[in-house]
Amino acid sequence: MLRPSTTLPRRGRGPLWRNPAIRALIVQAVLFLVLAVFIGYLVHNTLLNLEARGIHTGFGFLEGRAGFAIPQTLVEYTSDSTYGKTFVIGLLNTLLVSALGIVAATIIGFVVGIARLSPNWLLARLATIYVETFRNIPLLVQILFWYYAVLRALPSPRQSLSLFDVFFFNVRGMVMPDPQPLNGFAATPWALALAVVGAILFGLFAKRRQASTGQALPVYWIGAALIIGVPLIVFLATGSPLEWVVPKLTGFNFRGGINILPELLALWLALSIYTAAFIAEIVRSGILSVSHGQTEAARSLSLPEAITLRKIVIPQAMRVIIPQMTSQYLNLIKNSSLATAIGYPDLVAVFAGTTLNQTGQAIEIIAMTMAVYLVISLTVSFLMNLYNARTLLKER
Amino acid sequence: MTTDSTFRTEMIEAREAPNQSRGVIGWFRANLFNGPINSIVSVVVIYLIARLVWPFLEWAVIDADWIGTTRDACTGDGACWVFISARFESIIYGFYPEAARWRVDIVFALLAILVAWLAIPGTPRKKWVALFTLIVFPIIAYFLLVGGSFGLEYVPTRAWGGLMLTLTIAVVGIVGSLPLGIILALGRRSKMPFVKGICVIFIEFWRGVPLITVLFMASVMLPLFVPGNLDFDKLLRALIGIMFFWSAYMAEVIRSGLQAIGKGQNEAGQALGLSYWHRTGLIILPQALKMVIPGIVNTFISLFKDTSLVLIIGLFDLLAIIRAGLTDSNWLGFSTEGYVFAAAVFWVFCFSMSRYSQYIERRLNTGHKR
Repeated sequence: MLRPSTTLPRRGRGPLWRNPAIRALIVQAVLFLVLAVFIGYLVHNTLLNLEARGIHTGFGFLEGRAGFAIPQTLVEYTSDSTYGKTFVIGLLNTLLVSALGIVAATIIGFVVGIARLSPNWLLARLATIYVETFRNIPLLVQILFWYYAVLRALPSPRQSLSLFDVFFFNVRGMVMPDPQPLNGFAATPWALALAVVGAILFGLFAKRRQASTGQALPVYWIGAALIIGVPLIVFLATGSPLEWVVPKLTGFNFRGGINILPELLALWLALSIYTAAFIAEIVRSGILSVSHGQTEAARSLSLPEAITLRKIVIPQAMRVIIPQMTSQYLNLIKNSSLATAIGYPDLVAVFAGTTLNQTGQAIEIIAMTMAVYLVISLTVSFLMNLYNARTLLKER
Repeated sequence: MTTDSTFRTEMIEAREAPNQSRGVIGWFRANLFNGPINSIVSVVVIYLIARLVWPFLEWAVIDADWIGTTRDACTGDGACWVFISARFESIIYGFYPEAARWRVDIVFALLAILVAWLAIPGTPRKKWVALFTLIVFPIIAYFLLVGGSFGLEYVPTRAWGGLMLTLTIAVVGIVGSLPLGIILALGRRSKMPFVKGICVIFIEFWRGVPLITVLFMASVMLPLFVPGNLDFDKLLRALIGIMFFWSAYMAEVIRSGLQAIGKGQNEAGQALGLSYWHRTGLIILPQALKMVIPGIVNTFISLFKDTSLVLIIGLFDLLAIIRAGLTDSNWLGFSTEGYVFAAAVFWVFCFSMSRYSQYIERRLNTGHKR
């Protein structure tokens, strides 16, 4: 009879470095030491260098007087303002051009992306040419082209090109009418806010109604009518309290109206055209990613074409499109820092440019500038992860 | 035997399709004018082409001036490409001394041969050529371009410029960021928390900031990091920044490839008693890298496009050289020609790379069809 042996086979007790857990600990400890010594060395050098150059570290410089003018300021700023204020001005300008760029790039991108899938041969080819041209030319070249070859080549203000005699284009940028609110205008934004809340409530109501009765209401139409109609009625009822100041040519320049810098126009054009080429590809791949079986299934259920598109194709395409689109938006925000090449006063040009040159506080300023972009990116990726977790395909 | 006239004994010749649905007319009807909306769209597109594309062609080709050496040669209404041809040498070589330009030519030729060898499928010994390109070629190129040894005249990097500098930055960026990216990607998937944490922070940091701030950092902060008496070359500083920046993007591309490899591959390696480095180097990486070649090429394209950013920190790459030429008082007012030419050069490089990546994608797809 086979008896179990009383002595278990001895477990291998090789040398310590054969044990995976201990080996991992050793590797990490060594890495930690190397990094700590390296960083310590860099910090040591930096402190010595700063001392040798007579630079004091710290954020005290933000209180100092800036003493330079900025061509585009969204909030009150004079050359007597502080360096801290230049940071705010630059950040606002970055956000302005990014927001404008995101809106324009999304619209152009969707149009071009859908056009590439068009059955119309010419339209599809034209869209392909658009994508392949603008995607493969560096953004910086495009910015410089729009600025120096197009906008700087426009005539002087006296010979401005005009559009409907209200918009004027010249070498100093674009001049457009300036809306001036009169007494009683405040009611319109309130009406708009109320209408938006009303539209959201109506949407929720319609959803519940469809869940219980199966009848769908035309949510989009009624919502749009609410959001556009209510403020319009209030605006007209209060006697159209808005005056448009149309720019007038007096002497060598325009008076009245809003002047938009050519730098902003060039940057906006280049950013939207460049990013739109990428968004178009994302939209196209998103729509193509919805398998043909889905549309066929919808057809065999005899769903109308519009419902198939709205309830079946678009929601599934969006799951592919939105995460990629967000990363394109982030790219656009980061790319807006190329403003410095043409002198648009964004965060990098104003704060990491002029302010840095004047104060010499390289470490603090570069760190603050990078921190702004890092915070934006990390926040957006965090939100994106939440979104991905929510829309993940629910599988067994 | 009589023939039965009720039945045919042979087939009738197939008649051609009606005039309306074949040939040029048929193609137009099927692709451009099938329905009222499509017809309107076609007319609008034709109008757009007539208004935008045609005048550009007229300007760039038909009315353009091609021959000459000075500004006086520009007589037509169109573009004056004489501006480019007059400065062609400096656009290619920058300020590189004329007597030493053969060295740049050799490096260009060697690079072209190596790239062609790697890109054309079916050439033998790809692995060795790749290793040669990644390790030996940069050393040869360094000694040829910098000089100062083997009896070659020393050429400081200040004198580098034009297409040669653009390609130098691109190649160093690619050669440097690929291995660094592989290490970072492996580190991010490591089970050791400290290693993983460092890699995540490194990757997310570089991916979160714009390249311009990285270049600014490289040009103003890096000199503070080294002992004061050490002279730190400006080009080298920019290259370090570019390498770190792109290695983070490369790491994410490679990580996506690593994730696509089934767990079984690693487990099979373990069952055979292979060590971590054997499993990674012999089983996981060859499969993962092959899978993400299109992604890697796309990162190369972005890297190549972004080399133009070095003009902001005062290096004279292709774009900066052309820009400098525009301020020449003999050649004022040719900015359109200059930027269109720069755009065309970058476009040729990027477009061919993107076509290549699509081609590889198709080739790989056929092998991996499930």
